[in-house]
Amino acid sequence: MIKLKGVVASGGIAIAKAFLLGKEELSIPKRKIFHEDVSREIYRLEEALIETRREISTLQKKISEDLGFDHAKIFEAHLLILEDRVLIEDIIQQIKNKKVNAEFAFSQSIKKYIDTLLKINDEYLRERVVDIEDVARRVMRKFLKQEEKKIQDLKEKVIIVAHDLSPSQTATLPKENILGFITDVGGRTSHTAIIARSLGIPAVVGLEIATQNIAPDDKLIIDGIEGTVIARPTDKVLRDYQRKSAKIAVIKEAIHIPKAKARTIDKREIVVSANIELPEELALAHEFGADGIGLYRTEYIFLGKKELPSEEEQYKAYLSVAKKIKPASVILRTIDIGGDKFLSQPQVPVEMSPFLGWRAIRFCLARPEVFKVQLRAILRASAEGNVKVMFPMISSVEELREAKKLIEECKRELKKEGLAFDEKISIGIMIEVPSAALTADVLAKESDFFSIGTNDLIQYSLAVDRANEKVAYLYDPAHPAVLRLIKSVIENAHKNNIWVGMCGEMAGEPLFALLLLGFGLDEFSMPPPFIPKIKELIRSVNFKDTQALALKAVDFSTSREVEKFLQEELRRFLKDDYERICMA
Amino acid sequence: MEKIECQIIVNNPNGLHARPAAIFVQIANKFDSSIQLGKGEIVDGRSIIAILSLGVNKGMSVKLIVEGIDARQAFEELKRFLENSND
Repeated sequence: MIKLKGVVASGGIAIAKAFLLGKEELSIPKRKIFHEDVSREIYRLEEALIETRREISTLQKKISEDLGFDHAKIFEAHLLILEDRVLIEDIIQQIKNKKVNAEFAFSQSIKKYIDTLLKINDEYLRERVVDIEDVARRVMRKFLKQEEKKIQDLKEKVIIVAHDLSPSQTATLPKENILGFITDVGGRTSHTAIIARSLGIPAVVGLEIATQNIAPDDKLIIDGIEGTVIARPTDKVLRDYQRKSAKIAVIKEAIHIPKAKARTIDKREIVVSANIELPEELALAHEFGADGIGLYRTEYIFLGKKELPSEEEQYKAYLSVAKKIKPASVILRTIDIGGDKFLSQPQVPVEMSPFLGWRAIRFCLARPEVFKVQLRAILRASAEGNVKVMFPMISSVEELREAKKLIEECKRELKKEGLAFDEKISIGIMIEVPSAALTADVLAKESDFFSIGTNDLIQYSLAVDRANEKVAYLYDPAHPAVLRLIKSVIENAHKNNIWVGMCGEMAGEPLFALLLLGFGLDEFSMPPPFIPKIKELIRSVNFKDTQALALKAVDFSTSREVEKFLQEELRRFLKDDYERICMA
Repeated sequence: MEKIECQIIVNNPNGLHARPAAIFVQIANKFDSSIQLGKGEIVDGRSIIAILSLGVNKGMSVKLIVEGIDARQAFEELKRFLENSND
């Protein structure tokens, strides 16, 4: 058994055999094989060589007819390379002795000969390396074809394992037989992640060494909750996951009224909305019954682009989301770049502590020429009437005022140009910096709403860089300091008659959702797959009871006590529904 | 069974590069005898890659080793090819 840790790209659990997919650019996967696989790998090698021979013969014939026999002569040498006894014997020995896959053994042998040829001090001969490389490429393509063909003929459900997946590769995959994806590279916004989310199947990406450690047909478990992949699990682990997965399936069936509003037993209505990064994710938000989009991370339009996207380009993206989500509304968060995400344009300097550095609203206010393009695009999309705008990382009321001034400037410009927008567009801020949380009463007077970003609020409050393994254990949503901050933010917002949402991970966890409900949180925003269970949780409890619970929860001295208390209360509140709701 | 071993000066203008090497292998493949070619190391005369990796140029001397029932005939034909200056 081997367990790999990656990044959750799409939630859920999948158990199936591994199907390894080669890369398009013909880089060669290295896999360890078992003794019993040797003959299969040798067979694959022979297949690839025969296919390539057939291809070259056809080509030779064609060129001979078109250009004359002389031009086709070089293919004789190519064909002989493919039949070369020394080469083939060398490859087979590698498969047998080193227990590696056919394509890797092939590429190693070829490389050895190419290196020898390159060492010979002869210009002409060195150029002949090209011939060998050409033949090698053809063979590698055959290996890849074998995989492609095999996947089209699939009779069973599999988990796709790849270094990375390109859009053209995923386009041809037989989706009905794919239970999940895992890749070596990629993050939450990689193509694989988006496809997985749109298919509603689990995916873990950024595993780095998955393709090296997983062999074809290995039994795999994707844990899209923990962000882990288990290959060749022990019987016990497999049984545990089978049980977990069965439970989730039952729950998914049971919670199939997601579209209805979430109302507590005593009739407090809560908005449960979705966090999205790309317009493509709207379908998923809809499917899981989101009441709206609580967080649209606009920076993903900017990432990886050479040029800043134009106002028109941004406008179209925002407008399409606003139109599709109607009559519900969408909260567009302005560029939150810096920290962990960097634009290729404009040049953002590398910083010692990026999370404390030049990012989000700080970056935007320093670069109004970039910021105003986005604000204009957002305002124009707001003509639809259901668009709200939100500034990230506000740490003082001055920043809010300055940002609002820019919005006013844009409004004036648009009016002059005769372009439509929503005069009364709601302007909110993220509460994710402790200074903002502590001055929530001041900020609430000048904002239309708050959205608490717990991921950053926890990092900043506890002085913990989550990405630093040595201190990550200190990252703790149940820390009494965090709970007190959240409680006071909600209270101060309500005192000033504005509503408060949360778009951090805490909102999607039943344990904390119960507490947040009790604190009076008005809106819960989360990745779409979490929505049904949080809605179901809200429907199963009395708001009054959760208020009583919230009062007690903030009195504990340690997070362990808080969690223990919440766990017990959750079980007590949900009774028989506990497993149904919390295991989903 | 006959075994013939002989040093031969390669006269082919391109030495034993891709195409001449290919022709050498094709000739070798017509016979049943084992065919080896040596220049420093001794390699299988039916392996184009092995022959290429010897890096034989025009004017170099190689050892041709043929052994088997049709050794004489094979040797003569291969020798003729190596010594022939027309590709």
